Amino acid sequence: MGLGGWIARWPVYRQLTGADGRGAAARSARTDALRPRTAEADHVARSVCPFCAVGCGQLVYVKDGRVTQIEGDPDSPISRGRLCPKGSASKQLVTRPDRPSTVLYRRPHGTEWESLDLDTAMDMIADRVVATRRETWQQTFDGMVVRRTLGIASLGGATLDNEENYLMKKLYTAMGAVQIENQARI
Amino acid sequence: MAECHPVGFQWVMEAKARGAEVFHIDPRYTRTSAMADAHLPIRAGSDIVLLGALIHHVLAGEHDFREYVLAYTNAATIVSEDFRDTEDLDGLFSGFDPATRTYDPASWAYEAGGDVSGAMSEGEHAAQARLHADSARSDQYGSGGATAHHRARTDPTLRHPRCVYQVLKRHFARYTPEMVEELCGIPRADFRRLAEAVVANSGRERTTAWVYSVGWTQHTVGVQYIRAASILQLLLGNVGRPGGGILALRGHASIQGSTDIPTLFSILPGYLPMPDARMHGDLDGYLAHAAGDTGFWGNKRAYMVSLLKAWWGDAATEDNDYCFGYLPSVTGDHGTYATVLGQIDGTVKGYFVVGENPAIGSAGGKAQRLGLAGLEWLVVRDMTLVETATFWKDGPELETGEMRTEDIATEVFFLPAASHVEKEGTFTQTQRLLQWREKALDPTGDRRSDLWFYHHLGKRIRRRLSEDDVDRPLRDLTWDYPESGPHDDPSAEAVLREINGTGPDGRALSGYTELRPDGSTTCGCWIYCGVYADEVNQAARRRPGGEQSPVALEWGWAWPANRRILYNRASADPEGRPWSERKAYIRWDRDQREWTGPDVPDFERDKPPDYRPPEGATAQAAIGGADPFIMQSDGKGWLYVPAGLADGPLPAHYEPHESPVANSLYGTRANPARREYRRPETPYNSARFPYVITTYRLTEHHTAGGMSRTLPYLAELQPEMFCEVSPELAAEVGLVNGGWATIVTSRSAIEARVLVSPRIRPLRVQGRTIHQVGVPYHWGWAGGGVVTGDAANDLMPIVLDPNVYIQESKAATCDLLPGRRPHGRALLDLIEEYRRG
Repeated sequence: MGLGGWIARWPVYRQLTGADGRGAAARSARTDALRPRTAEADHVARSVCPFCAVGCGQLVYVKDGRVTQIEGDPDSPISRGRLCPKGSASKQLVTRPDRPSTVLYRRPHGTEWESLDLDTAMDMIADRVVATRRETWQQTFDGMVVRRTLGIASLGGATLDNEENYLMKKLYTAMGAVQIENQARI
Repeated sequence: MAECHPVGFQWVMEAKARGAEVFHIDPRYTRTSAMADAHLPIRAGSDIVLLGALIHHVLAGEHDFREYVLAYTNAATIVSEDFRDTEDLDGLFSGFDPATRTYDPASWAYEAGGDVSGAMSEGEHAAQARLHADSARSDQYGSGGATAHHRARTDPTLRHPRCVYQVLKRHFARYTPEMVEELCGIPRADFRRLAEAVVANSGRERTTAWVYSVGWTQHTVGVQYIRAASILQLLLGNVGRPGGGILALRGHASIQGSTDIPTLFSILPGYLPMPDARMHGDLDGYLAHAAGDTGFWGNKRAYMVSLLKAWWGDAATEDNDYCFGYLPSVTGDHGTYATVLGQIDGTVKGYFVVGENPAIGSAGGKAQRLGLAGLEWLVVRDMTLVETATFWKDGPELETGEMRTEDIATEVFFLPAASHVEKEGTFTQTQRLLQWREKALDPTGDRRSDLWFYHHLGKRIRRRLSEDDVDRPLRDLTWDYPESGPHDDPSAEAVLREINGTGPDGRALSGYTELRPDGSTTCGCWIYCGVYADEVNQAARRRPGGEQSPVALEWGWAWPANRRILYNRASADPEGRPWSERKAYIRWDRDQREWTGPDVPDFERDKPPDYRPPEGATAQAAIGGADPFIMQSDGKGWLYVPAGLADGPLPAHYEPHESPVANSLYGTRANPARREYRRPETPYNSARFPYVITTYRLTEHHTAGGMSRTLPYLAELQPEMFCEVSPELAAEVGLVNGGWATIVTSRSAIEARVLVSPRIRPLRVQGRTIHQVGVPYHWGWAGGGVVTGDAANDLMPIVLDPNVYIQESKAATCDLLPGRRPHGRALLDLIEEYRRG
């Protein structure tokens, strides 16, 4: 290559000799210095897409305590690195600025949300569970022993982890709540 | 599939590239149709006619895979002479009681002498089946195996007039191509092409797979849709073989897991039934009824006792029935729709809604919201402020004057949830594969995982207990998960290990065959036993796909026992040889005396093909070496179901609860056993509604929209609620592409932008034109949505399949009006006018 140095780097030269004005023609010192967010991540978590049940592998890139990118995992024999529009958008699911981050409370007959401390909310919920369970306890029904409450019900989503469903079913069953349902019925 | 499971669809395209013929059967032309060899538009709600006609085509032409059918199904079994078919009773099976609208299935049994398992008399058996029909327990029957005897009377020549094969032939004789044309709207020539392709691609050398989603389940006869596909696939030898099967494409990341470890009223982990006060009593009584004694369900005592030991630890002893009495009992329908009606009636006081948005996502939106308004307290955990949490502030009933915020007494707690990357744990995807997710970072603010919430709620509840017997199950509960991190998160791995179970030495078990009935083992979900084998989180395995066989046994972990194709013993002939080299999978190695192949054999590894069970054998010992369906009490695939279903031993076509079409096949119009709720909050349509309405999903959105309407990327791609109509229907009603339409049912009226498209075609049904309207159901009025719109489920009726209590969202009726809907009182007036009919 006889033409080295500044001529080869001169944009006009690159644009005239390049095939389509893209590729090398579009390079600059700034673009040469650009690196993908994925390369700069502090660490990468191997995850799974939370939308449909295909179970596509995801790689979650984290830098400075924030998710910077979510991409398909090429190692997955299920998805081979691909994600659909929803899976590709899942970073926004985590990082969208208007995602709620605090407990909200509406008192009976209230017209607005109020704020509530998480710890207080947990205590209040536990109080209500214990009280409602007592008030609605059925030791027998039609003469049969049932040991249950029909006063407390639950509807869980199907994006719950197995471990979460397990603790839910275990705790509810020990409480005697039987109306425990899931999107799987819907 | 290309729309709703796009990345899974790549494998259909791989198959197509290798010569597979792809058919798409759907009311709408979609991206799937675009890639298929043929698209067959079908009238929503008529699939059993199509499947029945395929079964008829196979039987009439003797195209069945006879060796497979004889060896592996109940085709030769002889049915009781008391049985009467829909052929005899104009659309009813024998045993129907019009007063209760339920079946007594006693007459469906196999011929007397061979029909009942040793544990029960015939009368007990029938009574039990009636109770099953009354508490959605057919799911348990289906996996648990109803109690058909493993050695019923048979006629291997298949000529006996009451053998299952002949019963099928008679039953499906009227399911003809002409009937497909008349009821489904599929021309005979198109049907012939499909039928010939299915037959040509089945047998020793080839297999056919069927793929479905809620388009088959959300019907008043949904379970029988799947049954019809099962019959077809068993007749053609397409079960348990590579490239075969009936594949349920489930719609949520862990909806399979939510069924395996159920947050469902009717079952305990691993498809063990919930105790039913009407028949169970103590542990022995429960086990006598829970499932068959033969097949792998014969080990049910080991599965159940290990579960009780996992939950109540040292408190569970042989002397106290392992705390079986701590379990609450069901006494009927406690499903989600019955629960909502209980909220309206004031019996249900407190409600947890966890990653779910029933105000938008469940049928009968108004009933859902009236239920929420009837509660004392409501806890909503979500990543966004879904409509279920805000109904008191912005629900549509406020605008109509049906509710006033100040009158609503419900106390509402909204707790923000952690996202999938802010917690660790497993999802079980649609292929039964558990995949562990690593936590990328901790959640901030008040956001927490549901694992955190239930762990800490449980701790708080346990600090508030009394010393009386009512609280004993909570006091004795094992609830001591190790905590770590800034939020004291419980260890998800510890929970997974408890699910896996431990042996007498306290070490993690390797598989469910190690479970014992004597209290020496623990296991939170027997079908997941082995996921923590060798004290290793097997679900976290990530050997790259490129470095292993396509079966990919070292990526994640599939239940049961990491088997990837269920019933894969059927991929070999009765002697254990592959049916063909082209379709070889699992085979019997005569030298090593074991089953071998690229997958984990779904069979006892050392049970030879010529094994014959001795008299009186139980559990797996009662399953012969040539009986692949090891969970069934007889080891056979059931073409005919002698017990276990609420609406008949065979699928019959019934019209949807709401349909503009008469049933050409029988005098019985709709499923006689369907579950109706005659309530003013959720009325049913009269004949005034001329069009078929069906709901569906879009690629760019997810169910009730909480995870997609909120994302600008996705909201921009699909910004507005719309309805899809044909040019002919648009002309008939006066709709304009891009304009507005009002869709009316007796439940509500909603508005939607109009998409006029030849993708949804009018069909010729019973000699006249039937129009279908397609509506996606992702929108709501708030929900933190970047985009908003009316909710399609406000239109849908609450009427359920009698086996599993799933609502009929895929076929109802509606009317269409041009323009936007009225608001306020005027909306109620419009509905009232329609109700008056």
